[in-house]
Amino acid sequence: MTITTGIEKKADVAAPPAGARARFRIGRTAKYALLVLFLIVVLMPVYVLVVTSLKPPQDVNPATSWGLPLRWPWESVAPGGPTGFDNWSIAWEALAPAIGRTFLLAIPAALISSFLGSMNGFVLSRWRFPRADWVFTFILFGMFIPYQAIMTPLVQMKTGLGLPSGIGTLLIVHIIYGLPICTLIFRNYYVGIPMELMEASRVDGAGMLRTFGSIVLPLSLPGFVVTIIWQFTSAWNDFLFALFLSNQREGPVSLALNNLAQGAQLANYGAAMAGALLASLPTLVVYIVLGKYFIGGLMSGSVKS
Amino acid sequence: MRKGIRNWGPPLLLVSPTVVILGIFVYGLIGANVSVSLSDRHSLQPAENFVGLDNYFALFAEERFLHSLYNLGMFTLFFIVGTMVFGFLWAWMLDKGVSAEGVFRSVYLFPMAISFVASGVVWRWLLNSAEGDRASGLNRIFESLGLGFLQNPWWSDPTWGMAAIALPAIWQLSGYVMALFLSGFRGIPEELREAARMDGASEWKLYRHVIFPQLSPVALSALIIVGHMSLKVFDLIMAITKAIYQTEVPATYLWVALTSNDYAKAATIATILLLFVAVLIVPYLIYTARSEKAER
Repeated sequence: MTITTGIEKKADVAAPPAGARARFRIGRTAKYALLVLFLIVVLMPVYVLVVTSLKPPQDVNPATSWGLPLRWPWESVAPGGPTGFDNWSIAWEALAPAIGRTFLLAIPAALISSFLGSMNGFVLSRWRFPRADWVFTFILFGMFIPYQAIMTPLVQMKTGLGLPSGIGTLLIVHIIYGLPICTLIFRNYYVGIPMELMEASRVDGAGMLRTFGSIVLPLSLPGFVVTIIWQFTSAWNDFLFALFLSNQREGPVSLALNNLAQGAQLANYGAAMAGALLASLPTLVVYIVLGKYFIGGLMSGSVKS
Repeated sequence: MRKGIRNWGPPLLLVSPTVVILGIFVYGLIGANVSVSLSDRHSLQPAENFVGLDNYFALFAEERFLHSLYNLGMFTLFFIVGTMVFGFLWAWMLDKGVSAEGVFRSVYLFPMAISFVASGVVWRWLLNSAEGDRASGLNRIFESLGLGFLQNPWWSDPTWGMAAIALPAIWQLSGYVMALFLSGFRGIPEELREAARMDGASEWKLYRHVIFPQLSPVALSALIIVGHMSLKVFDLIMAITKAIYQTEVPATYLWVALTSNDYAKAATIATILLLFVAVLIVPYLIYTARSEKAER
């Protein structure tokens, strides 16, 4: 790791006297020490997850909970007994069908809400009509409500309409309640990019749909990346709607994981932790691969652009 | 007028599906929820009578509900202070040019990508209340670092327990607040800092008079976002303790009420929760809409 050139340059510009320089160096060392300390603290739970998931049940003991596994994950305490890898296969068996279902939920939810959001965002930022601000605020409020506030009638509505407890119902719900945030993100995005071309096409008499389809949509890829990440992650991680509207057998991975962790095999911490890691993998991959946009998405989640 | 309709008709048409859908699923259902909360539907049987605010009075007279409010207040206090302090501190440290900034930033932020259900699996274990020889999790770490006096029963403590539940939430969302503050720091033009330095401002004065004031809109946004998340906390508690009395908040109490088919009670709790959030959000939305109009 090379020590930055950036800071030193700035320090040169400021040209502090020798005493200040030494103070600066101490301050910088302290800062790095603090940053690394926080790094370790933040990573601690991950360490526990990984280490515990690789221990056979007999080795999971409170007294050695922070220690590395005593044996290789494929070795057993007794010949033929459970190994650390067994945790992973137990977790996989418990979660695999639900993981598949959750992909079928999160991907369409992300795509459909994003597309609708981009149309709304376009209209509310670039092809405005009187009282557009009111309409925007009307839509936005839906993002902040505690979903508990609509849960009782929603559950009744689901029962009343005879909707199934599977992924389909959850998909509809995620699309609907994803609309506000997607609209917000696209509106902020479109406000931020200059679109003279759009104005020109408007002057040339192109209709709204044509302008949207041929000029705005092709420029929207970065916006889509952000909303898709946001929607995918929130649909994947959702527990509230899943718990109220679905059930363990037909529901998404959050329910299956909760069942694995709190269900019948209560004592099997190793399998629960392996399961937690498995269930987090897709969103972690999204975060790692698209990290830059992930941050962008988080920013767009705050109201002010 | 005709021209007006030609201009405004299509955009209105395009947003109208969303407006209708949200009109039904947000505003319509909120209305339905309020009306159930004013009825006597305490079982699977349909409501028979309009009972006015009786359910609300009953709830506020209930020790259990007041306890859930106390828990929520406690959680919110620690959660907001924790995320704001760490978020700001991290952003501040990273703002002034740190090598490998990307690494720190990514690590601080990553817990945000994980669900509360998944992180609850490990935090339930880290917050294990056993002490001494049987200690595991954080208590075990304190024990082995010679900090045994820090061992405590975590969430099983009736007074301070909710502060322990705030720990995982702080772990998960401080990075988010950091990202917000970092964008705030980055939004301050370099010229502004240079100008202040030219005028002979010390680093502290520069922060006090130039940078902090510029950050206050970001701080407000962060406060509102974290605050409303806190009022809604549900997944985390279900994952760590399940719905039990010690860690009960209105959102989990609602789950208990609904699963025992007490629809009126669930709806009443929901309305109260919505009011809490609305008190926070509505002024903020109005303020944002106004200030954007002013900018336009």
